[in-house]
Formats: sequence, structure tokens, C-alpha cells
Amino acid sequence: MASSIRILARAGDGGLVDVKSLIQHPMDSGLIKDSSGKFIPAHYIETVLFKHNGKVVFQADWSRAVSKDPYLGFRFKGGKSGDKLEASWVDNLGKSDSTTATIS
Amino acid sequence: MNQIHSIDPERRRLLAMAGGALGLLALAGTARAADGAVKYPDAAFETKNEDEALKGIFGDRKATPSDKVTLTAPDIAENGAVVPLTVESTLPKVTRIAFVVPDNPFPLAAEFLIPEGSEAYVSNRIKMGKTSSVVAIVESDGKLYSATKQVKVTVGGCGG
Repeated sequence: MASSIRILARAGDGGLVDVKSLIQHPMDSGLIKDSSGKFIPAHYIETVLFKHNGKVVFQADWSRAVSKDPYLGFRFKGGKSGDKLEASWVDNLGKSDSTTATIS
Repeated sequence: MNQIHSIDPERRRLLAMAGGALGLLALAGTARAADGAVKYPDAAFETKNEDEALKGIFGDRKATPSDKVTLTAPDIAENGAVVPLTVESTLPKVTRIAFVVPDNPFPLAAEFLIPEGSEAYVSNRIKMGKTSSVVAIVESDGKLYSATKQVKVTVGGCGG
């Protein structure tokens, strides 16, 4: 099954890697009602983790206030083209997904 | 998440004993779980009280406004459900960045943990229920600094 995580990771000067990621997820806040007047249950990603060569390079802790299909950009040093970057997330319902991308 | 490798019975026993101690550390919010993640600060995200939310993440420390923290956010957000925020800082030894929206139902919007070697930079998109200030807090060398921007919201992002 295709991953919910799309990553664009580019290595630049001095080993600085720029990472742009987009995750497919409803990020329901639990504060919105559906057409029948019932609250749509909260369903949002809590933690996103990125690792390079087994080392954590970034962690995002998200609340229900992060937008649907969340975008996340960050940068880290010490990566080069061809290296692997692992990304994974866990949501408040215990669902999770992960992917591995190659730094270009 | 990554698969846990199979563990031989003796090692499993030792790990189970250590697990109790690790559990206590995890409650303090500083231990790393098996996959390397720092424990998610549930209480801080679930409180409607801004001071409590900040205390849950940063303890009693207060942030000082600093021009070495750059917060980029729109003056007017046409769609409150998707408000782009970018924070950069030239401060040294940045270990955490947090986004606080005081007029949101739950003020703490996001927190980012930045290990050594990663840049003091993050770009994210959040929901805002109505016009509010947005505060970016940066933890640098154990001290807190902030930048604030007022964002006008024309259509609220909380379904209202």
C-alpha cells in the first residue's frame, strides 16, 4: 500500500539537507460537527519522527490544531545525496505509518 | 513504526525489569522510547489554559521577546483551517520550538524537538479558530525566547 507520507529531501552545501514532507491525514480536531449535528471524533497525528542513519534528526509533536494533510519543513546537517531518511507517525487512535526516502 | 527485533528470553527479562524504571523516566517526559521518540506531552496539548500548556512543555521558564527569532505568518489568513507558519532563529543551541495561539480553544498548537545538528527552522500549517496572535517560542541553550505576530482570520478554521 502506498505510504501516506511524501518526502522531498535535498542535500545542499555543507551537508545541509532541506526536507519538505506532506502527510495525508484528516487531522480532525474533534471540535467540528457533521451534517447531523454530531461531533466528528478527534483523529490527528500526535508524533512525527525523522531519522537519518538511525539518528533522530527531527520530532514534531502535533495537536488537533495542525492543518489537514499536514505539511512540515525542516533542515538538518550531515546528510548527502543517496542517504536514506526514515519518517514515521503515530496518531491519537494508535494508527501509524512510515516510509523511507532517498536524499537527492 | 520499525519492527522490534526478536529478543532472547534472558535479555527480555532484564529489559522487563528496566522497563519499570524507564516507565518512570518516560513520565518525566525526557526518556526516549524504543523508537527514539520523546514522549508526547498529552496534558500540555489538552489544556485550554495557556499558562498550563506552556508550563507542561517548558516548566516555570518565561520567554523573552527576541529579534533573533523570526516568525513568518500571513497578516490575513483567508482560510483559518490552513495558516502557514515558519520560524527561523539565529540563536545558538536551539533544542525546541513551540507554536502557541492564545485565542485558539487549545492554545498549544505544536512543538518541535530539534536534536544537535538540526537547524533552528520549521515550517508547518495550523488551524486558527479566529483572529489571534501567534507566538513562536524558541528554547536556546536552556533559555526561552519568543516572537509574536498578529494574524487576522476571515473564516475560522474550527468550523465556526
